[in-house]
Parts: sequence; C-alpha cells; structure tokens
Amino acid sequence: MESVFRNRGATLLMLTPALLVYTIVMLIPIVWSVTYTFQSGNAVTGFEFVGFDNWIKFFGDETAIDALWFTLRYAIVMTTLQVAAGYGLALLYIFFLRNRSSLVRATIFFPVILPTVAVALMFTRMFEAAPTAGPVNAIIMWLGGDLTDFLGDPGYSFWVIIIMDVWRSMGFYAVLLYAGLVEIPQDIMESARIDGASGWKLVRKIVFPLSLPILLSSLIFSINGTLKVFDSIVALTNGGPGSATTPLTLYMFRTSFAYGQYGYGSTVAFMLTLLCLVATIFVFRSMRKDVTR
Amino acid sequence: MTAIDTPSRRSRKPLSVTLRRIPGWIGVGLILLTVLYPMFWILMGSFKTQPEFLSEPFWALPQHWNLDNYVSAFVDGGLGTYIKNSVIAVFPSLGLILVLGTAAAYALQILVWKGRSLVLVLFLAGIMIPTQMILLPLFTVYFKIGITSTMWPLIITYTAIGMPLTVFMIATFMRAIPSEVFEAATLDGANVYRIFWSITVPLVKNAIFTVALVQFFFLWNDLLIALTFVTKSDLRTIQVGLLNFTGQYGAVDYGPLFAGISVTVFGTLALYVFLNKKVMAGMTSGAVKG
Repeated sequence: MESVFRNRGATLLMLTPALLVYTIVMLIPIVWSVTYTFQSGNAVTGFEFVGFDNWIKFFGDETAIDALWFTLRYAIVMTTLQVAAGYGLALLYIFFLRNRSSLVRATIFFPVILPTVAVALMFTRMFEAAPTAGPVNAIIMWLGGDLTDFLGDPGYSFWVIIIMDVWRSMGFYAVLLYAGLVEIPQDIMESARIDGASGWKLVRKIVFPLSLPILLSSLIFSINGTLKVFDSIVALTNGGPGSATTPLTLYMFRTSFAYGQYGYGSTVAFMLTLLCLVATIFVFRSMRKDVTR
Repeated sequence: MTAIDTPSRRSRKPLSVTLRRIPGWIGVGLILLTVLYPMFWILMGSFKTQPEFLSEPFWALPQHWNLDNYVSAFVDGGLGTYIKNSVIAVFPSLGLILVLGTAAAYALQILVWKGRSLVLVLFLAGIMIPTQMILLPLFTVYFKIGITSTMWPLIITYTAIGMPLTVFMIATFMRAIPSEVFEAATLDGANVYRIFWSITVPLVKNAIFTVALVQFFFLWNDLLIALTFVTKSDLRTIQVGLLNFTGQYGAVDYGPLFAGISVTVFGTLALYVFLNKKVMAGMTSGAVKG
C-alpha cells in the first residue's frame, strides 16, 4: 500500500495551494517583518537602517515594559481561569449531567460565537457607573456598597476584562475538554469502578491522567490566544484608563498605525512572537513527560 | 450516549440520591443565569427609551415594545451594510480554508514523502505567530498593489491565517483513522484521490465541520485584521462597525446601541441554533464511532 501513498503528483497537487498561500501571506511577511526591526520609518516616509536601535529602545520604553507585564499577567490569569473553568464544566457535563448535558453545553458554548465587540459593549454597560449605574453597580448599591467606576479604575478594569473573557471563552474550553473526556474508553472506567474508584478518586487517578493530552492542547491553545489578546480589550477599555490595560498587541497597533513607526512596531510584534514561542515550549516541555509517558 | 456514561437506567433512584443532587442543579442554574441574563438585559434594553434608561432600575421591563431603536440602528447606524460586508469577507475565506486545508492535511498526514514532518512543523509554527507580525508587510503590499479599498485584503489574509490551525486539526483527526481502513481500500484497488475523496473525507467529515465552525468564529469575531485593512467606512465589517457605534451615538444614546448589540447577538444565536445540532451530533457520533 506504500506505493499508492508514495505519489509525488498527488502530494504536489494537494499540498501546493495551501503551502503557497501560507508562504506568501504568512511566512514571507514574518521574515520581512523581522527586517523591519532593524529599520526606522514607514511605507510613506521610506526606511532607514538603524541596527539594534529599536531593540534597545524597547527595553528602555516604560510603556512597552508595562504592556509586556500586562500581557504576561493577563495570559497567566486567563489561561489558568479559562482552562480550569472549562475542565470543571467538562467534568460537570460528564459526571453530573451525563446524557442530559447537551442543552447546557450548547447554552454555555453560545458566548464563544458572539462577536467580541458586541460582548464588550454589553459588559461596558453592565459595569458602568455613569451616566447611569449599570446592573453590577445597581446590585452593589442595593447590597449597601458604593458606586464604583470599574472601568475608570486600573485595578478594577483588569478584573472586568478577566470576568468578561472567562464568560466568553469557558464554553469553548468546556466543549474541547469534554470532547477529550468522552474519548476515554468505557472499559477503563468500568474496571476502575470495579476496583473501587469513585467520585474524586476516579477523576484524579483515571480521568485526569487520561485527559492530559487534551489538557496540553488546551493550555497551549489558551496561552497563545491570551498572549495575543486584542479585540476584547480594544472594545472594552481601549487600553485605559491611561495605558493600564494596554497589551503588547495594542501597543504595537498604536506605534505602527497611529505614530507610523513601522520599525518599532515590528520590534514590539517580534517580542510578542518570542513570548508566544517561549510560553509554548515551556508548557509543552513541562507537560510532555506526562503525556508521552 | 457517551463512552464515559455510568449506567443511568438502574432501578428507580432512592429519594436521598435525588435530594443530594439539588445543590448541583442549583449550581447549573446559576451558571446558566450568568450566561443568559446579560443577553436578556440587552434585549430588554433595546426596546427602552432614553428616559427609561436613566430613571428606571435596570431590571424594569420596557414600557412600550416599539422598534424605533432598531430602525435607528439600521438606518443611521448602517448595521445592514456591516453585516453584508462581514458575510462577503468571511464566507469565501472559510471555503478556501476548508478546501485547501483538508487537501494539505491529507498530503501531510496520509501521503508518504520525504520532508513531510518538516512541512507540518512549518504549518504548526503559524499557530503561534501573532497576527501583528505580518500586518505591516501585508499593509505595505496591499497598499502598493492598490486593493485596500476592496474586500480582497481581508479574504486573502483570513485564508492564510486560518490555514495552520485547520491543517493541524484535520491532520490530527486523520491520524486517528486506523491504518486497516487504508490497507483495505488499497487492496480494493482505490487510487490515492479516491481514497481521499471517498474514504478520508467522509471519515473526518465531522472534524471538518467542527473546524469550519471554529474558523467561522475566529473570522467573524476578528477585529484586528479588519481594523487594519479596511480603510473605507462603507467596507466596515460588523466588528469594526459596532466599535464605531459608540462613537457615533455618543456614550449616552443607549437605545440604538442596545438594538445594534441585540441584532448581532440574536442574529448569531439564530445561526447557532441551526448549526449547533450538527456540531453536537458530530461530536457525539465521533465519540461512539471507535
């Protein structure tokens, strides 16, 4: 059967279109973008070679360092919360709701497909303080608390973003992990039960180890997604108040398109890419030994 | 029926078991409430007048069920144009992603040739690359060849960006097909294209559908690429359009804003109710097939 699948013509025919689009629109621009990091200027004014100036500038740029810290903080908190929430929901679907879970799964999945901007506008109104108190403030005041300007306070606005993005994404991770959990063979579960494992013990000893591969995918997927956060923050806080909730992605967008600094913008983008690479390798290596056994 | 289900049809459960499950059901109810209530609140708000927003408590229902806010969102807000633009940008991209991605996954996972693992890694690397990394060179090129006032920059970029995840996911599903299936097909005399079209694609059909849905959310929810490459206001996609909605109406004109959010939220819901059954059916049948 080897000979059937060792078909050069078929390989070229089926691979070339995808590879061509991918190479021209992604790979070449990536390399091109790296060359921008050694230049200053933009498409209109022309470029000038500046060596490592952009790189040096990045580490002395307070706003950039703040954006870097924000990105890391957001990625760590979000990855932890959304994968944990997703796993919790997946276990709930499997062990509590069992075959009645489909409507619950569908409902909790729904926010995933909502346009981010619509969700962000919705949450802006939910957490609003002025001109009128939104539901969250109304409830806090009803309980005897004070009117809080959640989106105007750097400490609170971070958590509003987190709450919104967990709300948005938990259904996705729940279904992803659920899909992994239902693959666990019935006979393994049965024999574990016969051996006396049940409840948490069953989850810890059988379900969790067997779901490590799908957890690894979820973590890598999540950390990459959260490091690249853009839409929800632009629409919810637009990086504010001040630059308190500005991630690297938004900082790159501003430097490039608002200030026309392509070289520096590319440098910020490159730092972000490096961060994604390091994070992925870190997650992969710390979990691979468990997964491959 | 899922593979992991405990025998659910035992003899009638004792009352104590039913009672013990009540806290669980309350928990499920609370989770559903936090998911559904914000949308219900927006829907109710879309019928309210400005004075109602400012003077009535948030849980109050609208006094009149009129559609003025919706008319305003479509007529003054241009909501219809935004939705049309999103459809024009997303669906061609989605079609290209699926056709090119599935074929490439087959070439990389099933076909045998030197260097295929290297190319697969090359595709995989794309999952990690932030879109920001390719924006500036693409912007320069699109600008130079003069297509920035069309939808082409979006379609081209979306197609390329969807490729890595699509190839990776579909290749993963193809890896799960037992090799006996291919052996049997080869012995029956099927050629490489026949095996792709009549055996592999039907076997990963559910996976392709799932991938299509995931890609659809990504593209439909994209703000960054649309914000970068859409230079004309009448080419705005729904996300960019909504983002400008607040600016357009000011921070205080609630009604049309809530109507705009409602249209996108409940429009998506209508689509979801239709698609959801297939997705869930695909996932459960995929779990049973083994």
